[in-house]
Amino acid sequence: MGEDAESPKINHTFLRDYVTEADVISTVEFNQTGDLLATGDKGGRVVIFQRETESKGESEEVGETGDSGEYNVYSTFQSHEPDFDYLKSLEIEEKINKIRWLPQQNAAHFLLSTNDKTIKLWKVSERDKRPEGYNLKDEEGRLKDISTITSLQVPVLKPTDLMVEVRPRRVFSNGHTYHVNSISVNSDGETYLSADDLRINMWHLGITDRSFNIVDIKPANMEDLTEVITAAEFHPHHCHLFVYSSSKGTLRLCDMRASALCDRHTKLFEEPEDPGSRSFFSEIISSVSDVKFSHSGRYLLTRDYLTAKVWDLNMDKGPVETYQVHEYLRSKLCSLYENDCIFDKFECVWNSSDSVIMTGAYNSFFRMFDRETGRGVTLEAWRESSKPRAVLRTRRVYNGGKRRRGDVGVDSLDFTKKILHMAWHPSENIIAIAATNNLYIFQDRVNPEAQVQ
Amino acid sequence: MIHTMECAADAQSLISISLMKIHNSRTQRGGIKLHKNLLVSYVLRNARQVYVKEKYAEIYRMQQYEEVMTVCNEIQELNPLDLDAEDAGDEEQARAACCGEEASLCGSACHRGAAQPAAHARTASALYGCSPLEDGGKEPDPSYYRSCCMEASPVPHCDQFPANGSTHCNITTVLDLDTHVVTTVENGYLHQDCCCCDALQCGQGAQSPAKKRKVEFGFCTSDGEEVSDFTSACKRAKREDCTYFHLDYTDTSNISNLISIFGSGFTGLLSRQADLEQICSKQVLASLGAWTRAIVAF
Repeated sequence: MGEDAESPKINHTFLRDYVTEADVISTVEFNQTGDLLATGDKGGRVVIFQRETESKGESEEVGETGDSGEYNVYSTFQSHEPDFDYLKSLEIEEKINKIRWLPQQNAAHFLLSTNDKTIKLWKVSERDKRPEGYNLKDEEGRLKDISTITSLQVPVLKPTDLMVEVRPRRVFSNGHTYHVNSISVNSDGETYLSADDLRINMWHLGITDRSFNIVDIKPANMEDLTEVITAAEFHPHHCHLFVYSSSKGTLRLCDMRASALCDRHTKLFEEPEDPGSRSFFSEIISSVSDVKFSHSGRYLLTRDYLTAKVWDLNMDKGPVETYQVHEYLRSKLCSLYENDCIFDKFECVWNSSDSVIMTGAYNSFFRMFDRETGRGVTLEAWRESSKPRAVLRTRRVYNGGKRRRGDVGVDSLDFTKKILHMAWHPSENIIAIAATNNLYIFQDRVNPEAQVQ
Repeated sequence: MIHTMECAADAQSLISISLMKIHNSRTQRGGIKLHKNLLVSYVLRNARQVYVKEKYAEIYRMQQYEEVMTVCNEIQELNPLDLDAEDAGDEEQARAACCGEEASLCGSACHRGAAQPAAHARTASALYGCSPLEDGGKEPDPSYYRSCCMEASPVPHCDQFPANGSTHCNITTVLDLDTHVVTTVENGYLHQDCCCCDALQCGQGAQSPAKKRKVEFGFCTSDGEEVSDFTSACKRAKREDCTYFHLDYTDTSNISNLISIFGSGFTGLLSRQADLEQICSKQVLASLGAWTRAIVAF
C-alpha cells in the first residue's frame, strides 16, 4: 500500500493490534517433560504446542543443537463453554483459569483444565495408524455387497496422517461455590486439589461425584470475612503437604495427616507489616497472587503486587529473599487503583534448578532474578523488538537518576500490556511468556541446559 | 497512620471510586468477584478512617476556635444585647451550633458578634454537620459524625420545630442495613424516623432516645445456595439502588451522606459518652462487615 498524499497519515497498526477478548491467553503450562506446552484463553479454548525435534525418534545427544526446539501447534480444542447458573442468575465465564498436566503414564497425555466452576480432565492421544482391509466394509465404511466377498482377509494397520484426538474423560462439577483460582496435581498421581476463594477440595482423578473439602475458611458470619484464598499447590514430593496463600499476604502449609479438615495450618508464613509504609492500598498490594513450590520442595516463591519473595519452609518468620519487581509503581498506586491495574494477578515461576525466578510486569516487560547474586534483569516480550533468533536485550525503567538510551520512563509504561502468565521448561532454559493474545517462546542457546547446583 | 498519596488520593474521592467499583461489579460478567470486592472494601475502610479522623480534627479545631470566640464575646457582653424571645441558653447553643463544616460561614457569623444570636441560629441551621454542645466550654463530644441528610432544605424544617431550643436542625439519617431500621440522630438524641427518601417529618420533636421504627422495604427473593446471605443482600441491594440514584457520586458533600447510609451499625452515634477510639474501632468493624455483606450478597 503506497502512501496517499492526500489523506492524513493513518496508522493502520491498530488493526493488526486489535485483540479479540477471547484470544487473550489466561494460562500457560509445560508438561513434565517439556515436550508439550498448553495454553488456555479467555474464550475457553486450549491450544497445545509440541516441541519439534529434527531427529525425531532417534536418541538425541544432550547439548547438541540438533534439537530445533521449536514449538508448533499440536492440537486445539474447546475446553469450556460459557455457562449459566440459573439458581443465582449468574453467568459463568468460560475463561480457562488454570491448566495442569498429569504425569504421563502411557502413550496418551492427560491434562486438567478449569474455569471458574468446573474442572475437566482431557485425554490427548495420537492416532497415526488406521486399520484397513475390513471384510464387510469398504474404505469409506459402507457395507459391502456380500455377494462380492469371495475371500477372508485380516485387517492390517496402515500408517496414516497423524491425528490428535482430544476427548473429555472426566468432568468435576458442582464442587465450588466461589471462583476456582488454582488446581494442583498431587505427587501421588491419583488426586488433585482445587481451590476457590474460600475452600479447597481434594478430588480423586477417577471420581467425579465426590470430593473432600480439606480447607474451609468461610466464616459463620460473612460479616467477619477478612481474607480469601488466592492460590494453592501440593508439595512436589510429599503427597500429604500443600500450601495456600491468602489475600492478607500469608502462606499456610497444611499437613493432611494431621486432620481431615486442614483449617488449622501446620505452619503459617507471614511477614510483619512495616507500619511506616502503610497506605490506603496496603491490603491490596500485600495480597499474594501466586505461590509455587521450588522443584526441590524446600522453598516457596510468592508474588504480590510489587515484589516476589522466596520463603524457606523451615522458617516462617519471613521470606529469605525479597525481590522488587517494579518498585517505581509504589507512588502510582492511586492511579493503578483507579484503572484497576492494582488488581492484576501476576504469576511467578522457578527455573529447573531453582536458581532463577521469573515474573511478569507491565509494558510487556518481565523480570528474571538470579538468586545467587540477587540481581534482576528486565526483558521485553514484544514482537516489534523481537525477531526470531534475535538476542533479547535487557530493558530498564527510568525513574530518576541517570537516564540511559533506551530507558523507558515510568509514565510511558503501557499498563494494558501486562505479562501475567508464564511458564519455564522443567529441565531446559526455555520460557513461554503470554503477552495478551501472543505467546512468546524464548530459548537460551548459550546455556540450554540449566546448571544443576 | 495512613499516609495519603498524590493525585486524587484524598479520602473522599477514594470512597467515591470504591463505591463505584462495588456497584459496577454487580453487572460484571462472571458474577461478583469476592476477592476484588474484599480488597475494595479495605480501601473503603482505610479511606473512611482517614475521612472520619479529618472530620473530627476539623470539628475539634473549630470548637477550639469557637471557645476562644466565646470568651471574646463574653468580654463584649458587658453591654446588654438586644435579644429576641430566645434566652441566653439559646444564644449559647446558637454559638455552639456555629461550629461545623462550613467553617468560613461560621467564622463570619461569629465575627459579627453576638448581636444577633437568632440570626446565628438560623445561619447555623443552614450549615451541615454542626456538632452540638451542651455548653460552650465543654470538651467537644467526638461521638458525632454526622451530616444533614437533606442538604437542600434544613431551614424550612427548622421552622416546623417546636420552640424548645430551635437549633435542632442537624439531622443525620442512618439506615441499619441489617434490620432496615431508619434512625434519625439529631444533636445526640434519636428521633423518630426521618426518612431520607420522602419528605422529612422532622417536626415530631425529641422523643425518648433510641426509639426506632422498622421500615419494610421491598425485597427480592433469591433461591441461591447461601440464602441467608443473598436475601439480606437483595434487600440491601434494593436499598442501595434507591440510594445510588438519589445521590451524585462526585458530590463530595454527599460523601458523608453515603458514609452514613452505608455505615450499618454505627453504634457509636448512640452513645454520647463513647470516646473517639472506641467509635473508630466500632465503625471500622461495623463498616467492614457491612461491606463484606454487600459483596457477598450481590
